[in-house]
Formats: sequence, structure tokens, C-alpha cells
Amino acid sequence: MINFRRSTAVLLGLLATTALAGPLPAAADDEEPVAEPPRVELVLDVSGSMRAADIGGRSRISVAQQAFNEVVDALPAETQLGIRVLGATYRGKDKKVGCQDTQQIVPVGPVDRARAKAAVATLRPTGFTPVGLALRSAAQDLGTGATTRRIVLITDGEDTCAPPDPCEVARELAAQGTSLVVDTLGLAPDEKVRRQLLCIAGATGGTYTAAQSAEELTDRIKQLVERAGDTHTLAPTVVGGANACDSAPLLAPGVYADREAFSEHRYYRVPVRPGQELRASVSMALDRPVNRDYGVLLRATAADGRELVRGADAGSGRADVLSAGLRWSASADDEDATEAEATPTAAEPTTVCLVVSNSFAPRPGTAATPGMPVELTIDVVAAAPAPDGPDLGRGWVLLALLTVAGLLTGLLAGLLTRWWVATWREN
Amino acid sequence: MRTALFRSLAALLAAGGSALLPAAAVAAPTPSPGATPVTRAGTSFLTATPITAGQPVRVDASVGDHLYWSFAATAGQVHEISATVSFPKARSGASTWTVDVFDGLRRRQACTAGAQTPTVDAQASSVMLGCTLREVRPWAEPWSADPLPGTYVVRLSVVDLPEPDLGAPIDVDLLVGTVADHGASGDDGELAAPLQPNTKAGTVLNAVPPVDPEADDEGDSPADWLPDLGSRWVWTGIGGVLAAVAGVVGFALTRRPRRR
Repeated sequence: MINFRRSTAVLLGLLATTALAGPLPAAADDEEPVAEPPRVELVLDVSGSMRAADIGGRSRISVAQQAFNEVVDALPAETQLGIRVLGATYRGKDKKVGCQDTQQIVPVGPVDRARAKAAVATLRPTGFTPVGLALRSAAQDLGTGATTRRIVLITDGEDTCAPPDPCEVARELAAQGTSLVVDTLGLAPDEKVRRQLLCIAGATGGTYTAAQSAEELTDRIKQLVERAGDTHTLAPTVVGGANACDSAPLLAPGVYADREAFSEHRYYRVPVRPGQELRASVSMALDRPVNRDYGVLLRATAADGRELVRGADAGSGRADVLSAGLRWSASADDEDATEAEATPTAAEPTTVCLVVSNSFAPRPGTAATPGMPVELTIDVVAAAPAPDGPDLGRGWVLLALLTVAGLLTGLLAGLLTRWWVATWREN
Repeated sequence: MRTALFRSLAALLAAGGSALLPAAAVAAPTPSPGATPVTRAGTSFLTATPITAGQPVRVDASVGDHLYWSFAATAGQVHEISATVSFPKARSGASTWTVDVFDGLRRRQACTAGAQTPTVDAQASSVMLGCTLREVRPWAEPWSADPLPGTYVVRLSVVDLPEPDLGAPIDVDLLVGTVADHGASGDDGELAAPLQPNTKAGTVLNAVPPVDPEADDEGDSPADWLPDLGSRWVWTGIGGVLAAVAGVVGFALTRRPRRR
């Protein structure tokens, strides 16, 4: 139907375009200029173990320095880059002092290439590996804001300073509200390092790479910095779902982020007018080890708790997110629709409750708090009514039927005419 | 006689109605000539890298990455996704790879054919994945899970592997191809808006927003009752002509043979 309306609109001029543009999401909002440039911080481990010369005969630190130089050279103009080091200055044996050893050598901002390179060139492998503290400081360096921040952590050894455990720090930072992604690069093929970096990456939705050559390291950092430029504007709004429908937050179309604990139900409300369609999807991230099988359920219910529609998905094994979605059309709800049509003011919105629940189960030893990341996408668009039956036909059977009907009609008409002419002549 | 008539009619339809009748083409996915290769991939639904059908993707990644791309589909299309993951380095054990496809509402889509979840042993130097999707429907009830026009998201990942293999470099080649396009008739309904995910950050409302009365003013078109332009007009029109001709023939048959 709408297709035809569109073609009519083309034929009649711009008569109907305003009517069509009405319920669609406003395009102007997308063109809103982004105030913030992408912000990335490289966090480099300069602990004593970086002296090891096991990457193609070169020391780990010299490979990292070369990679940093190339990354700084190839940096996109708008990207704001900072560099933080850990274990770079303290030569002593006192663990307490050594575990505070992290400095920002290039502040996050427009990059002065010569200065950044000079700062990197002077680094000498020295002390301890306070990864947790460095991550926390890096998150502070990047500041808070509406866009996604990215940390690229390059290390060759596991944290020697826990507590704080770097993985717990990462999870805590990710839950703080600012959208933060930590990508990790391991320079040593060591099991403990790998576990730790995988845990950090998993907790923040980042990636883990084992870099075993200068080229691999450079390419990967470049790719991550480039990715930061592509994706930094897509940060969802943080919202806190309620545990009942009445007190649930009222959401406009858009993307939201929340946290949900194991077996928790979270409620959100969305106003939907008659003639509109609600579209909602939810993703839950597996940011910690969970039992093998799991599921996520998104239900839309009316205010009185009656279920309207549900979306569900289940999975098992390794995954980053598990997602489900649903559509629901307000005009499809007979009672509400007729009520609304009866009143002259019309279009009193129905408030639909969205309930997000999960069937994840923690493994022994898995932390339950903070909850697992939930990403909720909500859209309200014009409803698409069921098509009417086709008014015209198609196919060979139709042609045959029409031809036979025509033939029979012709024969009948001919016979009638003959009979009528014969009768008329006789008279 | 009748077959000849049908044949000529069919020829007429093919010649005259080709603009109205959607052309069906079936072919394996091949890169479009001149398409710019994509060298990046997203890492989540929100950051999925948009690609178009026929545009080859070649990206360096690490084992364990979840790589996301998105493409647009319209009603009547059938898409086939083929991907190859090559391993430049030795691995310690067998691994299972998967290509998952989701619609604009992040609902999992079924594959009708293709190696969606292949397992390769440690010696293999590459693994090939494939997925042929269902034909996109022009309209479906809100409660159904039919594939609808809009954005589709492809996710490539490894689902099972020995942990020490994580993080190793891989090369990923991916191609989304439109293997068939049957088009769609307006008679089958149409979605008011395709299933395109809203990626804007949301706003929490304090109260139910007042209704903008003008937004509802759709304005009924005077020609609303007419069916959409499409092949049905051609078929029905030709049917009418045939009926008229058959009527005249039938009429003529009843005439007495002329006496000479």
C-alpha cells in the first residue's frame, strides 16, 4: 500500500512526502556533529622482562618502540592519542614502591609526533608490572564523556602487583558508565599472561592478540587505533532497569546500556501509540566465564503483566554476546486500539513493558557483581498493516479461465442472438 | 493452436512486461567487478562494518576475535555468505568456526545451506564457511520470525578451540553475494520501515511524550483502492483481451454457415 502511496506521491508531486516523513526516525539527528574526537591510550609495559630478546632476535622493548613510532607516524589527524607506561622508572626491589610505578609520558590529546617519539625512545626496561593500577590510571587519563574510549594494553608479563587484580579492575572500569574498551596485546607466549589478557579483553568487549613479530604488533596497533576512529561515536546511554514495571524507566528510541546479574529480571517501559510498531532487541555480553549453556529472553508485556510477544535465543560454548529481538504493533492490540479510536483526541500511547531476563549460570568462583553488560536497542516506527488480498490476478490458470469464460459467454450470446433473431423473423 | 498462442503470448509478456516482471537470476556469489575491497571489521553489533553484496572483505584478525559486518537486503533477495579463514601459523588442535547471521533486530537467522559451523584439524591451513539465507519476505506479522528487509549482520568467530591457539594471526576473506532476486510485489504487503537498527544513543524520558497531532495526519490518497503497479496488471489485462477474443470466437461459432 505504502509503495503505491509513494508512487502516487511521485506522480502528484510532493503532496504526500510530509505525511510519509512524519513517523520515520528523524534523519537530522544522525547528522549532529560529534563534539568529541576519538580518544585512545596506549599502555606499554616497560618492566624488566621486556629486555628479553625473543622476537626475531630483537628485544621486546625495541620491537614495541619501533611499532609505536610507526603507529604515531600513521595516526589519523583527528585521533587523540596518549601513552602511559608501567614499570619504567623504579629500579629497586621494594614491591610497594615498584607497584605504584606508572606514568603518562604522552598526555591524551592532539599528538605532537616528534615529542611522542622522543618520549618512547628513552624508555628502558626496568621494574615491576602494575597492570591493574596502570589500567585504572589510563581510564582516568581518557576522562569521562559520551563516546567510547579505547585502551590498548601491550604487555609481556602477568601482573606482579595484584591486588588489584587487573581483570577485576577492567570489569570495574567497564561498569563505571563511560564506554571503555581494552584491547590487549601479549608479547610473550606465556599461559598466565594469555589468561590474564583474555580476561581483561573479555571483561570490556575488547580483543586479545598474541604478537610474535614487529610487523604483527605494528599492524595490530594500527588496526586498533583506526577502529577507535570508526567506532567511538557509538556509545549507548547508560540506564538502570527497575525490578518492576511500574517503576521502570521510560525509554525513547535509541541504544541503552545496563547491567544485569545472573537470573535477574530487568524492566523498562516504552510508550507506543496505536499505528506504531515497537522494535526492541537485547544483547547480553558474556564478559566472564559462565556455564556451558545459556540463554537470554526479552519479553514485551502490557501494563497488567499480560505477555504480548517474546524474543529468545540460547547458545552454548564460546561467544561474545547472546541476543534476541522482538516486534510488536500497537494497532494489533484490539482493545487498546478501539479505545483509542473512540476518543476524539486519539493516539493515547500504550506503555509496553520490556522484561530482560537471562539463564546464564556462573562457574564456581565467577564474580556475580557487577552484573553482565546488557545492550538494549529500542525503535518505534510506523506499523505495517497486514496486506489486503490481491485485487488482480496472475498466472496461466487465470488466462485459461478468462478465455474459457469469454468463449462460453460468446457462445451463449451467439445462441441467444440466433434464437432471438429466429423468433423476430418469424414474427 | 492453443500452445502456439500461449507461446506467442509468453514471448509478448517476456518482451513487453520485462520491466514489470522481476527478473530472476541464480548464480554463485562472485565479487562485483570494480568493487572496493573492505579491509576492516567491527567487533560488536553496534560497530559492525557496513558492506554491500558483491564487495569482497579481506581483513587481518586474531583467532578468537568476533568479527561483525552488516549488509542491506531487500524483499525477494536471497543472500549467500562465503568466508575463508586462513591460518598462517601452526595450531595446536582442532577448531570449530562459525558464521552467524542476525537480522536488524539481532534475531538469529537460519541458514538453508552451507557449512555454517565447520571443524578443522590442526594441520589444515584454511577453513571455508558458507551460509545461504532464506528469501527475504516483503512483510510478516510482528510475531513471526520471517526474514524481512533491512540490515543483516554477519558474525564470524571461533566457537571451540584449544585455549593456547587464541590470539594467533588469521586472514579472513568474506563475500556476501545476492544469489537470487525475485523482487517483491506490493500485494504481499510492505514494511513501513525496514529493520534497520537504531544506533543513536537513547534518551530516558520523564513522562510519556504528548502526541504530535500532525504526525498522525497520513492523508488518504484518492487512488488508494487501486492495486499496486505490478505484473498482475499485465496478466489480468491480457486475460481480459483473451476473454474478449474468445467471446467473439464463441459468438462466431454459433453463426449458421453461409449458404451459397
